[in-house]
Amino acid sequence: MTASFSPSPTGSSIEVAGDSSPAIHTQDLAKRYGHVTALAGLTMTVPKGEIFGFLGPNGAGKTTSVKLLLGLTEPSAGQAWLLGAPIGDLAARRKIGYLPELFRYQGFLTAREVLAFHCELARVPRSGWKEEIAEALATVGLADRADDRCQTFSKGMQQRLGLGVALLGRPELIFLDEPTSALDPVGRHDVREITRALRDRGTTVFLNSHLLSEVEMVCDRAAVVDHGRVIAVGTIDELLRDADVVRVRLGGLNGRLGDLAGFKAPSADGEWLTFRGVAEDRVPELVSELVRLGGRVYAVEPRRQSLEDRFLQLLDEEDAR
Amino acid sequence: MSRALWPIARMTLVEASRRRLLIALTGLTLAVIAVVGYGFSKLPSVGGSHPLNHDDLDQIASVLTILTFFMFSFVLSFASIFVAAPAISADVESGVMLSIATRPLRRADIVVGRWLGLAFLVAVYTIAATTIDLEVVNLVIGYLPPHPVEAITFLVAEGVVAVTLAMLFSTRLAPMTGGIVATILLLVVWFGGIVGNIGYAFGNDTVAMFGTISRIVLPTDGMWRGALYYLQTPQLLAAQALLGRRAAGNPFFAPNPPALAYLAWTVAWIVGLLGLATWSFRNREL
Repeated sequence: MTASFSPSPTGSSIEVAGDSSPAIHTQDLAKRYGHVTALAGLTMTVPKGEIFGFLGPNGAGKTTSVKLLLGLTEPSAGQAWLLGAPIGDLAARRKIGYLPELFRYQGFLTAREVLAFHCELARVPRSGWKEEIAEALATVGLADRADDRCQTFSKGMQQRLGLGVALLGRPELIFLDEPTSALDPVGRHDVREITRALRDRGTTVFLNSHLLSEVEMVCDRAAVVDHGRVIAVGTIDELLRDADVVRVRLGGLNGRLGDLAGFKAPSADGEWLTFRGVAEDRVPELVSELVRLGGRVYAVEPRRQSLEDRFLQLLDEEDAR
Repeated sequence: MSRALWPIARMTLVEASRRRLLIALTGLTLAVIAVVGYGFSKLPSVGGSHPLNHDDLDQIASVLTILTFFMFSFVLSFASIFVAAPAISADVESGVMLSIATRPLRRADIVVGRWLGLAFLVAVYTIAATTIDLEVVNLVIGYLPPHPVEAITFLVAEGVVAVTLAMLFSTRLAPMTGGIVATILLLVVWFGGIVGNIGYAFGNDTVAMFGTISRIVLPTDGMWRGALYYLQTPQLLAAQALLGRRAAGNPFFAPNPPALAYLAWTVAWIVGLLGLATWSFRNREL
């Protein structure tokens, strides 16, 4: 997590102005519904121009966080800024796009009419509507269904249209809440490509997703949330730093593992020992050390945890605290 | 006033049109007006071998016109509730609101925009339906009520009051719940008005107060009685006046037009409830 600035004492704006302000900054953002805590003090910063993944199990507070940031719900405590402006600021909203998780567009409108309606709401200059709409339709692959009513659309097509709506007005910051949940593999691939293209043109993408493989493939950085708080944040490589694992089938060490230097204590499963945080280039060193201690090495299996393994491990560690 | 409310208002009209609400209302209303016109055309022969004179015809046409307007008032009130009760809540339930409320507009723009669209719809429908109805009656029998513009204006106001009430519920309650609550309130107030009139007719001030309070709480019945007053011919008013207070017991008789203070209260009621609806929606978690 980067924490490169402090909020102003008044809380009405952030001190870092203009282009240097982060895309998103939250300070102890919390939401309670009666006795239930949906979000318990979220503090994080998302710099501009990156794809930021927001991961967590169901009920972790992901969608609550998005809704708080977009002003759809009021925080119980804490503050947040989008593009340097306090949440809810109307001028900042002109630069923000949003694809909700659960939604349906007006079935009585065509895709083109939905996009035109949102062009007007987003205050896109009328002279630019035609181009904006055509570009959005082409980007999400709905150009040939532009004049069909939304009530005839499948869930996946509604999701494509939602993405097109979020792209209108060339926003600087886009929130995508489970953008691929209703899409087939081709659609998921398309969304990944669109997301990368957005980053390439300088747009910040806040990707809220259950699909860890998606996050692993496209995100520059990610935060893992559980029980309403961030339990890990960093680049994907940073999150997976301790995820390099070496399994060794070993005999003859006779309790001398405590003498092992330079490596964390392994976990044991019968004859197999699992060493965490051992990059592939250190595997020979590990084997040499084990042999030096008198161990007889029968098998060595270096592997890297997937983000999913790491995610589950983080949740287990959090639960164990 | 923010310009953001205009696309919301326009979308309300598009929705009414695309969902075939306008076609259904137009078709049914024209059918009803055709039946009314046919019925009125038979009035001159209702006396059989004793044809009615012009004055008698006018009096009968006056009473029937009041009944026709009562029917429009009934349809208008319930239609207003049925279109306004889901105005906000249905969009919240479907998720449409998520993408709208995150745009650069205030929640007030959404509420007022919706209200403007619905109020316009109600006004256009009422003016068109009642004007056509009166023109048809005028064509077939040569009768027009003494103050049609005033009567239609009060009917429009009744519809706008009903829309405003249902809009308030729409910011918090599910479409069906809001619609049912508003309908019950409307009927209670209508019934309260009749009971209050009976209380007045028989000199029971407590019962009469019941009617007064119900018209203050919800001015739909008050607006209907304004329309009613302006539909009555001078002869009808004079005939009822002979009965003194007892005439107030007739639910289709209004001895006086609504007082100016009551009209001011109705305007304040509409503005106040719209403000309450805006406040309610602004504080709603989406």
